[in-house]
Order: sequence, then C-alpha cells, then structure tokens
Amino acid sequence: MAQFPSAKVTAICVGGGRTASSELVALGAERWLTMAHERSVALSARDLTKTYNTGATEVRALNHVDLDLYQGELVVLLGPSGSGKSTLLNILGGLDKPTAGEVLFRDHDLTKASDRELNLYRRDHVGFVFQFYNLIPSLTARENVALVTEIAPNPMSPSDALNLVGLHDRQNHFPAQLSGGEQQRVAIARAIAKRPDLLFCDEPTGALDSKTGILVLDAILRINREMGTTTALITHNAGIADVANRVIFFADGRIVNIKVNETQRSTSELAW
Amino acid sequence: MQVLAIALVVASGTALLVMALTTIQALQETTAAYYERARFAEIFAQAKRAPERLLRDITSIPDVANAESRVVHGAILDIRDFNEPVIGQFISLPEYGPQLHNMLVLRSGRLPTAGAEYEVVVNEPFADAHGLVAGDHFDAVLGSQKRTLRIVGTALSPEFVYAIAPGGLMPDDRRFGLVWMGRERLAAALDMKQSFNSVTLTLLRGADPREIIARLDTLLFPYGGTGAYAREDQISNWFLQSEIRQQINMSRIMPTIFLAVAAFLTNMVMARLIQTERREIGLLKAFGYSDWAIGWHYAKMVLVIASIGVLLGWGTGAVLGHWNTSLYANFYRFPFLLYRPGPQAFLTSAAISLAAALAGSLAVVIRVIRLPPAAAMAPPSPPAYGRASAAFDVLDEPTRIIMRRLIRWPLRAGLTTLGLAMSVAVLVLALQWMDAINHLARTVFETAQHQDATVAFSDFRPAGAEINFRYLPSVLATEPYRNVAAQLSNGHRVERQGIVGLPEDARLSPIYDNVGTIVRPRKDGLVMSTKLAELLHVQVGETARIQILEGARPTLDLPVVQTFETYIGTPVYMEIEALNRLMRDGRVISGVHVSLDDATQTELLTRLKELPGITAILFRKAAMDMFFATMGETIVIFIGFFVTFAVILSFGVSYNSIRIALSERSRELATLAVLGFSGWEISYILLGEIGLLAIAAIPLGCLIGYLLSWYMASAFATELYRVPLMVEAATYGQASIITAATVIACAALVRRRLDRLDLIGVLKTRE
Repeated sequence: MAQFPSAKVTAICVGGGRTASSELVALGAERWLTMAHERSVALSARDLTKTYNTGATEVRALNHVDLDLYQGELVVLLGPSGSGKSTLLNILGGLDKPTAGEVLFRDHDLTKASDRELNLYRRDHVGFVFQFYNLIPSLTARENVALVTEIAPNPMSPSDALNLVGLHDRQNHFPAQLSGGEQQRVAIARAIAKRPDLLFCDEPTGALDSKTGILVLDAILRINREMGTTTALITHNAGIADVANRVIFFADGRIVNIKVNETQRSTSELAW
Repeated sequence: MQVLAIALVVASGTALLVMALTTIQALQETTAAYYERARFAEIFAQAKRAPERLLRDITSIPDVANAESRVVHGAILDIRDFNEPVIGQFISLPEYGPQLHNMLVLRSGRLPTAGAEYEVVVNEPFADAHGLVAGDHFDAVLGSQKRTLRIVGTALSPEFVYAIAPGGLMPDDRRFGLVWMGRERLAAALDMKQSFNSVTLTLLRGADPREIIARLDTLLFPYGGTGAYAREDQISNWFLQSEIRQQINMSRIMPTIFLAVAAFLTNMVMARLIQTERREIGLLKAFGYSDWAIGWHYAKMVLVIASIGVLLGWGTGAVLGHWNTSLYANFYRFPFLLYRPGPQAFLTSAAISLAAALAGSLAVVIRVIRLPPAAAMAPPSPPAYGRASAAFDVLDEPTRIIMRRLIRWPLRAGLTTLGLAMSVAVLVLALQWMDAINHLARTVFETAQHQDATVAFSDFRPAGAEINFRYLPSVLATEPYRNVAAQLSNGHRVERQGIVGLPEDARLSPIYDNVGTIVRPRKDGLVMSTKLAELLHVQVGETARIQILEGARPTLDLPVVQTFETYIGTPVYMEIEALNRLMRDGRVISGVHVSLDDATQTELLTRLKELPGITAILFRKAAMDMFFATMGETIVIFIGFFVTFAVILSFGVSYNSIRIALSERSRELATLAVLGFSGWEISYILLGEIGLLAIAAIPLGCLIGYLLSWYMASAFATELYRVPLMVEAATYGQASIITAATVIACAALVRRRLDRLDLIGVLKTRE
C-alpha cells in the first residue's frame, strides 16, 4: 500500500491563506519567509471548511482555513473552546473529513482518501496525544508502546521510546499503576515510537498539574528537537505558546493571527 | 437488541416449560378422563381356556367390583389391495348388553348386532390406514377356515391407546388391526363356547391389586393362566405412562438449562448497565433515595425484560404444547384430546422464569446499593491486571490484550464459555437422538436379525412343521424357535418373561450381544439378557427359579450360564431341544423364522394369508421401515425446534458478551483505530475473546452434551427398551458448527457497529 511514498517532498509552498498572509506581514514577514524557504512543507491545508448539522441549525466549525505545517517545526494552536482547533487537528490527522477544501500530504489529498487509506496514513505517518491518555489498561507501558511498533514500518524499540520520555524504569507497570503524568508520557512514547512524520497533541497537559505538565511538555519538545518531528499542539494555556516556533490563534473557525517566536523558550522559563 | 437477546432466552426456557407442563397436563387429563369414561380395567389376565362358570368365582374375590370374560385371539387378516398378510387381534364383545370394561368408543357406524353373521368393528387407525369404511369386507383365517367379515363400524379402545402388534416396537396401523366381534360367533369359530381365555377386572376403591392378582392366578392356574397383571403393566398404558414420565423428565432438564443461562445473561447485562449508571446511582443516593428504592428500580427493569420473555414464552409454549400434544395423538389414539392448559403451567413457568432473571441480577444490584454515595459517584477504580505468566511474552500485543482480559475476569469468561457450551450441549443432545435411534434400529433389525419374516403359530406344533414352510414358494431357509410362557424369580424378585428356545447354531435370529458377538443358546442353563439379570439380581453361575406357565407347569431351578446385552426387552434363551425336554412336550416349535427370495414373494404372501393356525407374521424390513418413517418424522421436527432453541441460546450469550465488550472497550478500540489499526485488526481484539471462548466451549459443550445424553438414556431406560448412548463424531461436528456459526453471525452483527465507532467522541470523553 504505497499510498504515501516515503520520498521527501521538496515542493516549497510559500504563504498561508488569506488571513495568514495578511497577518504575516505584521509579524516579521522576512524572518518567517526565510524559514519557510529553508524548510519544506510537511502538510498543507487549503480552504478547509467543516460544518455540522445539528438539526435546524448549522454550526460552522472551520471556515475557509489555509495552513501549512513545515518540516520539523513546533506549532501551538491557541484559542477559546469551540474555535475550531480540535476540528482542524482531527482533519489534519486523518480522524475526520472536511466538508470542503483539501489537505495535501506528499501530493496526496487526504480529503479524497478512503477510510482504509486514512487508516494507513495514521498508522505510518501520524502520532496522536490526547488530553486523556487512552492507554490500553490490560497492557504494560512497554506493551502499550509495542502495540504500535509491531505494526509500524520503521519503528524504534519500545524501550528507546520510553527512554525518550524518561520512563525506562516504569516500563513493566500497568497504566493503573502509573500517575497521570506518567501515563501521558507513555502515550507520547506510544505516539512517537513509530517515528511519525507528524505529531498531533490535543491538550496533552490539560488534565495535569503544572509540574507534571512541564515534564510532559519537555518530552514533546525533546522529540520535536531530537527527531525533527513536525508537531502541532493545542492548548488553552497561553503560557505554553512561548515554546513554539509559531503560534496560531483561532477564533470562530478561522485563523485570526499567527505569531512567529523569534526564540523558543525552554519549559523552565514558562509561566504556567 | 440485548434486551431482545435475553428475552428470547427467557422465552425459550418459559416456552419449553409451558410446553412440557401443558403436554403433561393434557396427557394426564386426557388419559384419566378416557380411562374413567371407558371403564378401563384395572387387572388383566389370560388363560388357555377357562370355563365360563369360573367367572363367578373370580367376581367373588374380595374387593373385585366386577369381572368380564372374553375371547381374545390372534389371526391373519387378508385385506384386499394390500398384498401382505395383516396381523389381527380379535376381541369378543358381549353378545347382549354393554361392555363392562374397556368400552369401545364408536367413531363411525355401529356395534355388531346380536347374532348377526360375522359383523365386526375395527379400530379406527387401522380402518383409516386401509381406507376401510362401514360396509367393507375383509377375510380372516379364524380357526381353520377363512371367513369373510363385514365392517359395521370403527372404534377406539382404552386398551389400545398405543396399539402395537405382539413383538412389534411401534404402532403399524397397516399391518396390525383390532377386530371386535360378537362373542358367540367368535367363540364358535374358535371352538371356545362356554369358555373364555381373557378376563378383565375392576376393583373396589382402595383394594390392593397384588392380593387380587394372587387369587386370580390361583383360580386360573388349572386353566392355563399365564399370570394376571395390573393396569400399570398393561402394554398400551405402560407406553403412555412412560411417555408422560419422559415429559416430566424433559420438563426438568431443558428449561433449567435455559433459565440458568438467562440468569447469567441478566447478571451480565445488569452489571454493565449499573456500571455505566454508577454516577447517577451515587447522585440519587446523595439526594436521599433509599437503597431499597434504587434496588427496586433495577429489579423492575429485570422484571420488564423477563416479562417480555415470559409473554413470548407463554405464546410459543402454548402453541408448542398444543402441537406436541397433537403429535402424541398420532401415536396415542384418544377419542378426544383435553388440551386445556390451566393457569398453573403458566403461573409456574412465569414464577420460575422471573425468579431466575431476578436471581441473576440480585448480586449486582446488592453490590451497587451497598456503595456509599461518594464512592458511587467517583469513577470505578481501574481494573488491576497482572503480568501473569512468562508464556505471554511470545504473544503479540493484541493477543495479549485478549488473554489478559480473560484472566482478569475468569468468572465471566467461564460463564460465557459455559453458556455457549450449553448451546453445543443442547444440540448434541437433540442431534444424538438420531444417532441413538439409528444405532438401535440398525442393531436390532440389521445386525442382530437376518430373517425376513417371523411366523408365530397359535399353538405349538411338532418340529416337523418347519419342513412345510421350507417348501413354500420363495422360502430360502427356515429356523425354528420355541416360546414358553414363564415367570422367573430370585428370592422375592419376580419377573414375567417367556423363555425362547433356539437351535444351537441359530443364524437367522441368533442371540446377539451388543458388543458385536453372537452368543450360542446353551443346553445346561439360561442365557439371560443383562437387564433381566439385573432385575432379578442374579449373576452368571447363580440359579433362577422358573415357574413355567403352560403345559404341565413345572417349577425348575436353572443356572444362568451366560449374560448378554440387548436394547429391546428382557429376553432369556435356552437351547430348543433342552427346553423341550424340560417341558416334556416332545420336539415342538412355536414358530419359524424364514429367509426369503425377494423375487417371488407375492406368491408366498398370498399363501400365508390362507394358512390356518397362525397368529402373527412379522416382516423385518416392514418393521424397520415403519420404525424409521415414524421416528424420522417426529425426530426431524423435534430436532428442528431444539436447534432453534440452541441457536437462541448461543445468540443470547454471544451477542450480549460481544455487545458488552464493545461498550466497555469502545475507548480502547477507538484508540487502536486512531493508532492506525485496521478494522480487521480491531475486530480481532474485540471478537478474539468470544472466539477463544467459543473454541473452549465446543469441547466442553460436547462433553456436557455427552453427559446429558447419558443422563437421558439412563433416565429413559426401561424394561421394554433402552436407547443406546451413541453419539457419532458427525453429531459433535454439526453441533459445533451450528454454535460457531451463530457466534460468527453475532460477531458480524457487532462488527458493523465497530465501523461506525465515533473515534473523536470516544477519545475526548473522560474515562
């Protein structure tokens, strides 16, 4: 099933959507353009619209959104509840389909992919981390990771993945025997063990206290840095935004602002 | 759907219970009413020839209400358009006045008029089988002459509710007929004027039949009495009562299986429901609802589900009960059928079914109302898994998930397996019936016997008579036998059982041991069936006392020299010459077994219809065909609805367990889908569990099925026949395939839901 060839995409896509490009100028276009030229696009969304029909009323969760994610960058999506962040992430991750628009991953339009092809896309290229850890309760930490490495084409070993999140010595514990932060780090290890091209984290620290949250965030940053995994992270916590390369602000189903951080702060500098 | 699955299982149990109870009730009521109205006799006795005046002595036995004498005689009938000879049983009707006992229930026409020339009434099923109506004629060899008899009516008799020919296994209405005729004519034809050879008695209320039987035997002894017997040993009634006993047995086993499974299912479903409603329960308790109120809320739910099942079961059970009862009416001929299902059967079944369902959910409900409100509102603590054995290390993760769950909830896994096993067991039980009956018939009719026909004489004849048969057309070989009426005893144990004399080298109808060997009759003692040896408590080497009931009536002590296993009756054999010597009758025979050339049988059949002094001719092939035809019809229907019930059982168990697994594990399965597992891989994790349990259930079910079959076989073992315990490998195979197919169908049904799983919705909710 070579739906998504592993050859690296070289096409460079300049500029985002209408909203993004207009904001871009205000936020130091030159610097950003340099970065964009240096890096190739990992995933690109064009004119994404998603509407839900809840009986009589039509809810527009995404409203003509354009976005490119660049190889290796860390993007934080900020915005109030219901602003469309999660919907966007779900569509980019192949968990949901848009009402209109296209999502390009290596020349393949995900919006035209079958369930089976989306499944393979998730299996081979995407890692997910959710607010709730969603570990398999009957498997140990190591086995939860192995679940993924067994079906991935080019995985790291489960122990290596757990090492990356600092849980090597807890690998034989069942989820019920781990703390919330530890469980979330197992979930991260599970998401990255396959060496995904894309890592999507939907409020990974939402259910954690600040201390644990920082440990989890550290793990995500480390993976982004050391493995070069393109990472998109949703959060309610504006303080976290400083660790990103780019911060994308959402409201009413649109991208209202994009901020490029000149320097990424480390987690120790964060005001939680 | 889950509710339906449970309701169907409850309904099956209720239906089986209602069916059994109403059938039992209908059979019992019908029998009682029929016997009462037709004045079915309470004691029966036969003699060779007793003077009519003896009847006064019989009537004056204390506690005898009244006695009726009659002439009973076996003869061969010649029915036009039917080329085989038919066995006829002639029974005299009082010349004047009504019958005292065993009154005929006329179904058409009238009774013979006094003094009329050869008017007869025949039994209705026989008339129907041959299309005979009042006004038709047929011939019979009565005494030494062939006579033409005119049918004036058809009737049913309480004495022949189950009408089988002597030596037959099943009613065969084409080859066995009952003929009632005026006493004077019949006696004249048989040279029995002022004499009788059969007497029936009714007793005063509270009389002890044993005492009267003893006195009756003493009176009839000089006249060739062959031993009186009570109603319970009367052959038709015996079959009828044994059928009712089988039904009672069935009514205990089958519904129990279904209701036990129903209890387990309500337990499983309620446990899940209460798990999902834990928080609400905690909240209600926090608001001040009492434990009792909450418990009652859930109990009501169970009652509603069970009530749906009970109502369905009532309807199905009533229909099945009526059908079952009328099926009996094909074998057991009643003039009327009292199918009036009383409230009792319905109330009993409802009470038992509801109690089973409530009992199933009781433990779960009690557990939840015991929880303090705060604990109930908090999510349940996650299940603790163990790493268990190192053997798991070789498994892949999905298989490990399956195994860990099985080990974590062994009771649930065990009960699910047991439920599925019960479905296999019910199937094995139903399907093995065919194997057992097949094996019985093949053994009895094919392996053990090689004669084509057996001719029975009305009285013994010199051994030379065998030669006459050897020269009949199409007869290839003959083999004589001798029957001697006798009563065997050992201490206080007494059994009436004729002794059969056979030549030492008997080949046509040898003594066949079920282990597959031929046993030779012996000159030095008795070769006894194990069942008779068991009844008499005698063993090989021990001696049995034998009271011969004919001729000089000697009393003998003979050793049991060998025993053998047989499915039919309780026969006992001896070498024919030795038996003749003991009887001091010279070299005589009671009949011959013959083997025939197929080609020229028609001529033989015509000749046999003319031969005098023959009471019965039994054709082996006809008996076997009849057996298979009758059993075939009944069994196919019987198996049909048992398969339906068994499928409901496995459907109920597998659908519920998969459905519950799906709801418990939707988060886990959604996670796997997000991780990129394909639909089949996820199905494996969800359905592998039930698959594994089903695989475990199959051998277990086969074993339980075997044990149930064994129980049924031993519960139904009687002196007349013992159904062998015989389960073919193919039966296990069929039972397993049917159950497996049901499980797979349920899996496919749930699999469709899996494809519609809301990944995002599930993953974003708190655990």
